Parts: sequence; structure tokens; C-alpha cells
Amino acid sequence: MSIDLTRASADEMARALAAGETTSVELTRAALDAIAAVDGLVHAYLHVDAEGALAQAAESDARRAAGTPASALDGVPVAVKDVLATTGLPTTCGSKILEGWLPPYDATVVTRLKAAGLPILGKTNMDEFAMGSSTEHSAYGPTHNPWDLERIPGGSGGGSAAAVASFQAPLALGTDTGGSIRQPGAVTGTVGVKPTYGGVSRYGLVAMANSLDQVGPVTRTVLDAALLHEIIGGHDPLDSTSVDQPLPPLVEAARQGAAGDLSGLKVGVVTELSGEGYQPGVLARFNESVELLVQAGAEVVEVSCPNFVHALATYYLVMPCEASSNLAKFDAMRYGLRVLPEGVESPSAEEVMRATRDAGFGDEVKRRIILGTYALSSGYYDAYYGTAQRVRTLISRDFEAAFEKVDVLVSPTSPTTAFKLGEKLDDPLAMYLNDLATIPANLAGVPGISVPSGLADEDGLPTGFQVLAPALADDRLYRVGAALEAALEKQWGGPLLDKAPTLEGAAR
Amino acid sequence: MSATETLVPFDDVLAAYDPALGLEVHVELSTATKMFCGCPTGFGAEPNTQVCPTCLGLPGAMPAVNRVAVESAIRIGLALNCEIAEWCRFARKNYFYPDMPKNFQTSQYDEPIAFEGFMDVEVDGETFRVEIERAHMEEDTGKSLHVGGSTGRIHGADYSLVDYNRAGIPLIEIVTKPITGMGEKAPAVARAYVQQLRELIVALGVSEARMDQGNLRADVNLSLAPKGSGVLGTRTETKNVNSFRSVERAVRYEMQRHAGILGSGGSILQETRHWHEDTGVTTSGREKSDADDYRYFPEPDLVPVAPTREWVEELRATLPENPTQKRARLQADWGFSDMEMRDTVGAGAFGLVEATVAAGCPPQAARKWWLGEMARRANDSGTDIADLGVTPLDVARVQALVDEGSLNDKLARQVFDGLLAGEGTPDEIVASRGLAIVSDEGALNAAVDEAIAANPDVADKIRDGKHAAAGALIGAVMKQMRGQADAARVRELVLEKLA
Amino acid sequence: MPEITRDEVAHLANLARIDLSDDELDHLAPQLSVILESVASISEVAGADVPPTSHPLPLTNVFREDVVRPGLSAEEALAGAPASEEQRFMVPRILGDEQ
Ligand SMILES: [Mg+2]
Ligand SMILES: [Zn+2]
Repeated sequence: MSIDLTRASADEMARALAAGETTSVELTRAALDAIAAVDGLVHAYLHVDAEGALAQAAESDARRAAGTPASALDGVPVAVKDVLATTGLPTTCGSKILEGWLPPYDATVVTRLKAAGLPILGKTNMDEFAMGSSTEHSAYGPTHNPWDLERIPGGSGGGSAAAVASFQAPLALGTDTGGSIRQPGAVTGTVGVKPTYGGVSRYGLVAMANSLDQVGPVTRTVLDAALLHEIIGGHDPLDSTSVDQPLPPLVEAARQGAAGDLSGLKVGVVTELSGEGYQPGVLARFNESVELLVQAGAEVVEVSCPNFVHALATYYLVMPCEASSNLAKFDAMRYGLRVLPEGVESPSAEEVMRATRDAGFGDEVKRRIILGTYALSSGYYDAYYGTAQRVRTLISRDFEAAFEKVDVLVSPTSPTTAFKLGEKLDDPLAMYLNDLATIPANLAGVPGISVPSGLADEDGLPTGFQVLAPALADDRLYRVGAALEAALEKQWGGPLLDKAPTLEGAAR
Repeated sequence: MSATETLVPFDDVLAAYDPALGLEVHVELSTATKMFCGCPTGFGAEPNTQVCPTCLGLPGAMPAVNRVAVESAIRIGLALNCEIAEWCRFARKNYFYPDMPKNFQTSQYDEPIAFEGFMDVEVDGETFRVEIERAHMEEDTGKSLHVGGSTGRIHGADYSLVDYNRAGIPLIEIVTKPITGMGEKAPAVARAYVQQLRELIVALGVSEARMDQGNLRADVNLSLAPKGSGVLGTRTETKNVNSFRSVERAVRYEMQRHAGILGSGGSILQETRHWHEDTGVTTSGREKSDADDYRYFPEPDLVPVAPTREWVEELRATLPENPTQKRARLQADWGFSDMEMRDTVGAGAFGLVEATVAAGCPPQAARKWWLGEMARRANDSGTDIADLGVTPLDVARVQALVDEGSLNDKLARQVFDGLLAGEGTPDEIVASRGLAIVSDEGALNAAVDEAIAANPDVADKIRDGKHAAAGALIGAVMKQMRGQADAARVRELVLEKLA
Repeated sequence: MPEITRDEVAHLANLARIDLSDDELDHLAPQLSVILESVASISEVAGADVPPTSHPLPLTNVFREDVVRPGLSAEEALAGAPASEEQRFMVPRILGDEQ
């Protein structure tokens, strides 16, 4: 039986490759055809590397033919968020200031993708420097949600989520600083995982907030996420914050969870991450999912994490401080955009820096740079950054106390379904609220997954279910996520994405 | 350049003010790789060939701390009698400058790796305790060539060309507390501190510590306070003073300049200043201002450094002998008087004499060459004795040639001329300049006979027992032999023949 | 917490080396005030006895051995430069001193 070359899961593609039923070139060409057919509508990609991907696919096929595949996913194509450095492929971070930059090196996760034999289809769209929750802050135009092209695909990794949701790639890499993998997953009906901080190398990830950023998988199934996570994860000496311990068995956990038995598992519903501000349809799907976990044998209790209410404010101090310093390097001296100030004869380096940074950065980036500069400048360090770092400790303690009582915590991933493009663009606070439920995990460094949990009654748009686990226990995400996915798909009679509208021109 | 500064005579400065010094010394470590990346550190490479994503500040690249650099920092801290932090971090010092690829310097801020130490500095037999506030780790910047304009200096240039080979080289910054109570010795204390610090760094083997190559750079803070007031005045910071001698001169100059301003009712601007080696003056650099809002915060890409006490003790065991004890021991070994020892140290020649003795030279001869000949030449050319280009091995070899009778002192000086002119090794210079002493007795006898014949009245005096007159004949013989004779042997021959 | 004024935003933009237009300043100042107001809520949350977290996992002493690792060629290093000359990055004239 042959698989659908674009709609199959990565695991199915890998098994078809192993069985000799298809080739990497076929799969890669199918993905490239899908991109050609629908990305004009979705705009998930900033750059497509058809030639490079096909060349890598041919090499993969040669390895398969020789009986020496490099990994289980050898030959399955992948898309990469444009915030990760890729040798010779444009890496813009969604910003004008890096337009046309061709990195001379690969991020460690990209090196690992290449070593595992996954052809790289291209670079996906994102909010500029990963600052946003809607991908509208991309300097190259927004990505559209495949469920409704008038709506946002989430952010900052809307490109990766939309690429996977619209079958333009079976797999993608995202990055998650405050929810940028999980929230797009929730609003596009896909799976997204933020690993334990330090579990996946950040080397080559253009930092927004170094102490919060993490690279993770963006996929259509929980098992696919585990397969990809095992390829990119593990210790990297180039990232000093990387954890020098082996990953727990993630694929095994996903397979075990898919069998559907959660007996003995204690699940905590976080009091502070539901209720007011959450859309009724989101809550309804969340509660049904909790009920499915109970039916699978899990014991569910409510757990309070009182300091989570401070997470958003804490995040909006820590993140801009680190970001303002990280983005100082974009100064027109060594790479990227150089803009000369108008009407200045023989401008100085400093004047060129100012003009370039004004022209090259978008509004949201400027907002955060100014905010971070303010919060770090003399007299304010302790009141802002120092205080925020202390509140992080309280949030971590809430997690520790909760994980003494339960194995995992759960909540809706995002308080709402996808909103309309433009709706919150000039209301930063409203935009920031999208990450309410995802931010605590980043502040504490614990891992989280978002799994599709159905469609909201109000608007028929996808909702997400978030599972959080203790640091280094990423396997629990996969066990619980896979169990829920299996139970839900049984109800739905197939994957949630089967309910997504067929994009015009997407027929193949 | 401000030629308008009023300089108060040095003695008048001291009559009215107490100087306070603060020294910040940057030491470039001689590790194989940079502070935060695996790029090599060697000098003189083609531009931008010792760079990688990390030290170029490319988007996405991350730092990783060099273990040997941390060990060097701890060893320097221990040698300066510092406490070693049980836990410390790197911080970002944020400011924009094209030499600095990330537009922040990864440094240490309120958590230095070493703090609260001291070094005892000797000046003219008097010991000053210089208290060390901190020693911390940081990274160097790239280097700019300023193109266009008249002087190749930064001001007036049309554009600049940047080479990042030096960006990320590990630096240890050693900061003193304010040093007071020095009076007229302030310039000498400043110089002696930097000299002794260099000796220590060299003994530790953590850096070449050559001021002329910029491995060791001193920033000199100076302030004056009304005599006896016990307060600290407003300071200026003179940057990158690049020789021991200049350290002394810069302190002296700033004392005189501050006194000029204060004496005329002005106040000192807190600013950085530049030292001009050629003219011996400082000029205004950058005023302390808003731009100094460095927005420090802990470097989130690095984890804390928490040296275990076992590690610290292991490193302590590798320290060289304490310099004060070492000086006492070697003074006894060498049989130097207190005065001889003080002069040796004061001239910055202690380490040079030590190395020369180690190369087989008798101690008094080593002292004589360095303090007499070399110090004079260094003074003439306005360089530091250590930077002359004559090595302890050269001096030991020259003395060996003297001891075996191949050279006399006068010829030896000509060998040093050759060394300074870069003509090769001592043996090569002896050969190429034809400097070996003529020990051919026949030639010598002929020359002595000729001298006696040419100076009959002098010869008569000697025959009458006036041996002091022999000098004139010896001089004549030496002249004839163009100096290439052993004067003692000539004297013997003269006295023998006229006995 | 202090309201952030337009002048203050201009000063911060200067520190951050961004030329902001008058329009941008007008637009940004009130937005920043609103954000700051909303984050002010945490100022009393954590007592001074609570240690700050800068890293979610308590790692220490992560070091690299002092061994040379291949880097970039000058050509690779300069490939992205807006301008270069004599194998160096060409930058506009630099005002002011190194710090
Ligand atoms: Mg410094
Ligand atoms: Zn490097």
C-alpha cells in the first residue's frame, strides 16, 4: 500500500522509505510541488531551496540503496525556521536588517538534521527576531493560517506550523521563547514541543532571550515530534547551557502512550491557567481532553501555581533585557543591511548604525529594544531585571511543588483560537496575552507540548492542549501527548487536519 | 594638542597636594585559543584569519569558556594574595563600538573571580603595599586601521578597516584600590608596581607580558587632594600607557597638570586621557557621560564559574616562589649589597639579571652589564630595558667571551652595539666585526717594542719604578691593536721588558 | 514605577543607537508606559531573600579545553560584509574613543 506523499506522517514516510515503497527524491519533490501549489496563499516559507533539497534527497536515496541509512528519518524532508543559521541559505530572522545574509556556518540542530539525512526544504517565516505571537511582525509579510487564510497562524513560528499544517512539509523546526512553538501548534492544529531548556543546542539559533529560547519539533503527530526531537537533541559542547546528559527515550514513550494506557499517571490541572480570559470553545475542548485522560486511567487533580499570574510580567522584563543586548550586534558593520542617513555627508559609523537600525528593525523589535534598554539602564537593573529573575525563582518553586504532587501539569495551550490578521497588531498588551499559558514553562525551563484538542464551537478553529513535565522528563510529554492524540483521533475518526479546508490550488 | 596646559613644578605639587593613584592593568593571556572560542591567538597572522562565528559576533554563535584562561586568572589572583570567588559569573558590558563584534564585551562586573589582594612594591628600599581590588576575566576587541586624514589616527580619518583577529583574546584586568601615602614617590611607585606585576605574570608563565607588544597595558588613574585632607580628589584615567618609563612619566605629568588646574581655581574633569609617548603629554579623551551606562547584566549564554577549593589549592601548588622571598634568597645567593639589589630592582632588571645568571653569567657581571651598559642605552633610546632587544642569553654569552679572554670590556660594548643593530648573535657579531682579542704573542711583543721605542722618556720613568706611567704605553699599544688586545697582558709585557 | 516620557524614549533610543522619527517617538512613549505599568505588578512579589534565577538548571563550571578549532577563512568571514578592503571590514569613520 502506498502512502500519500504529502499527507502521510513522517513516521509513515520513513517506513515507506525503509520498505522501498518510495524515495526521498519523490517525497522531497512532492513537498516542493505542494509549496509551489499553496504557498502563494499561505506564505509559510521565506526561502525554498529546491535544488539543495533534491540533491540531499538523492544522496539519501543512495544511502538507502547501499543499506546504510543515516537515521530512521533519513530522506524525510524538513523545513527550518529562519532564525536558525544554515550555511549558504538566506537566514533573515524575518528582519530587513538581515536581508540576504548567508551564514558561513550551520546551527548545531541543522548540522544534526544534515547528519541524519533529512533534506532541508527551506526556511520558514516568523515574527521578526521571533518577537510576536502572530507572524504578522515578519518584515516579509504575514503567514496565513491554513484553516482560515484571513487569520494568524500563531507566532513567532507561524511559518513552521503553517507549513506542516498545509502539508508543505512533514516536519519543521521551531523555536520557543514564550510559546512560539506551542501556540502556533494550537492555532493550526499541529503538534509542537518545547524541550527542557538545555535539552537541545541553541548554537546557531539567533537569540531573542537566551535564558528562555529553545529549539523544538513542529509536526503533525506526537510520534513524529519524538523522532525529530531525538535527532536534534542531546549535549552540544558549543552551547555551554546545554545539558550533558542523554535524552530520555522519547520515541519509546510516544509509542507506549499511543497504546492508550495512562494508569498510575497523576495529572494536575493548573488552576491559574484556565477560566477568565479563555475562550469557551477552548475550555470545552480542554475539559473533554482531561476527561479522556481520566478514561485512559490517569488520576486528575487540580493544582494551584499561585505565582503563574506573574509570569507574563516577568517575561516582559527578562526577555526585552536580553533581547536589547542580543540585537546590538546588528549594526551595519560586519553583515546585513547598511543604510546611510539621508542628507549627511560622510556619515560616521555611529550615524550609520542609527540609520540602519531605524530602517532595519520593525516596530515590535524597536519596542522591545527600548524597553530592555530602559530596564537595564542605570538605576533600574535591580528594580526590573533583578526583580524579574527573583520572580522566576518563585515560578520554578511553584513547578517543583506541583511536581511533587503530580507527574504532569495540563492547561489549554492558548487562551483563544486564531484571531484575524491585523486585529491586535497595534495593541501589544492584547498580543502578549496569547502566551499566558505557555510562558511559565520557559521561565522555569521545563518542557511542554501542545497537542491538537479539537475545534472550538464558536468558530470551528483548532484548539490546543498543553502538557508540562519536570525538567529533563520530556518523555512524559510524549507518553501523555500520544495517549491523548490516540483517544481523540479515535473519536474524530482520523487526524484533526483532515477537517481542514482544502486550499484552493492545493489539489495534486 | 593642548600646548596650553600649565604645569606646576613637581616639588610645588608635593608641597600642596597628596597624590592618589589607581592602576588598571590588562594582561593578555598566552593561551592557545581565545577566551570564548577555539580560534588561535598567535600574533602577526593575516587579517581576519583567526576568526570564527563566535568571535566575529555572527548571529546565533555562542561563547564557551577557555579552561586554561580561568586557571590563569585564578593563579594570578592567588599570586596577588587575592581571595578566589566560590561562585562568580560573566556579565555583558553593553556599548557600541565597531571594534567590538557583539557590541557588548563579555567581562565580569560585580562578581570578579579574584578580589581583595595585595602586592608589596619596593621603591628605593621602602615597601609600599598596593591593595588589589579585583582581578577579572574579559575579552579583547578587534583592531582598527584608520584610513585617510593626515595622521592615520582616529580623528579626521575617512573610514576605518577592522581586523578581528584580536577580538576575543583573553584578558585579565587587575585593578588596584586607591594608593595613597606615596608623596614624591608616586610616579616611582606606579612604575615599580607595573614592573613587579610584569615579573609576576612572567614568572607565572601566563603571558608574554610585553608592554611594547600590548600584552600588558596600563591605565593610570590619578587624583590630587589638598595636603593632609585625607580625601580623594577627582581623577583622570590615562589610557594605554605602553612602557614602564611612560607610566612614571604619565603620573608625574598628570600630577603637575592637575596642580596647574586646581591652583588656578579650576576643577578636574573626570575623563579619560591619552598619553603621547613622543611629546610626553596627555590629552583629553572621552568625558565620563551617559554613554557609560553599560547596562551590565549576567551573560545568559554562560553558566557560573564556581572553582572548588580543591581546584584552587591545586593551582596554588603551581605558583612560583613569592617575589619578596625570592628577592631575599637571590640577593644572598648573588652576594649583592642592599644598595646593589635596590638599584637592580629599581631599574626593572631583576628578572633580567636572574635570567642572565641562570644562563651561566657571574652575578656581579650580570648586574654590571644590565645596570651600567643596558640601562644607559635604554635611557638614551627612551625604551624599557626589557624591550631593548638584547636578551639575558646574549649578555651571558658576551660575558663568557670576556671570561675566556676573547673579548675585553671595550670590545664587549661593540658586541652590544651589534646586538642593538640586529646584526645577529654575539658570536656572529664578533666574527663579522672582527672583534676577537689578538692573543698572538709575537704581534703583541712587536707592538710593545714599537711603543717603547716611540716613547723613550715614558719608558725611562717606568724603568725608574714609576709603574703608574705604564698607562700611556698600554694606551699606545691598544690603539695600535685597534683595541683588540688584552690590556692586562699588555701591561705585563711592558713591565717585564722595562724591569 | 515611573511613567516613561517622550524625552526618555529619545534618550533610550540614543543609547540603543536607533534613529527614531518624531512620529515613532510619539507612538512609542505611551505604549511603553502601558507595558511598564502592567509589568510593575511584580515589583513587590519576590522578597530580597529570594535568589535570582538566571539559568533554569543549576549548571556550573562548563569549560572548553584550550585546543584550537578550525574557524572561518577570511573570505568566509568577509562574505557578508557591507564593504571590505585589504581583507578587513570597511566601516565608516569612527567618532569617539574606545572605552
Ligand atoms: Mg575592562
Ligand atoms: Zn573565534
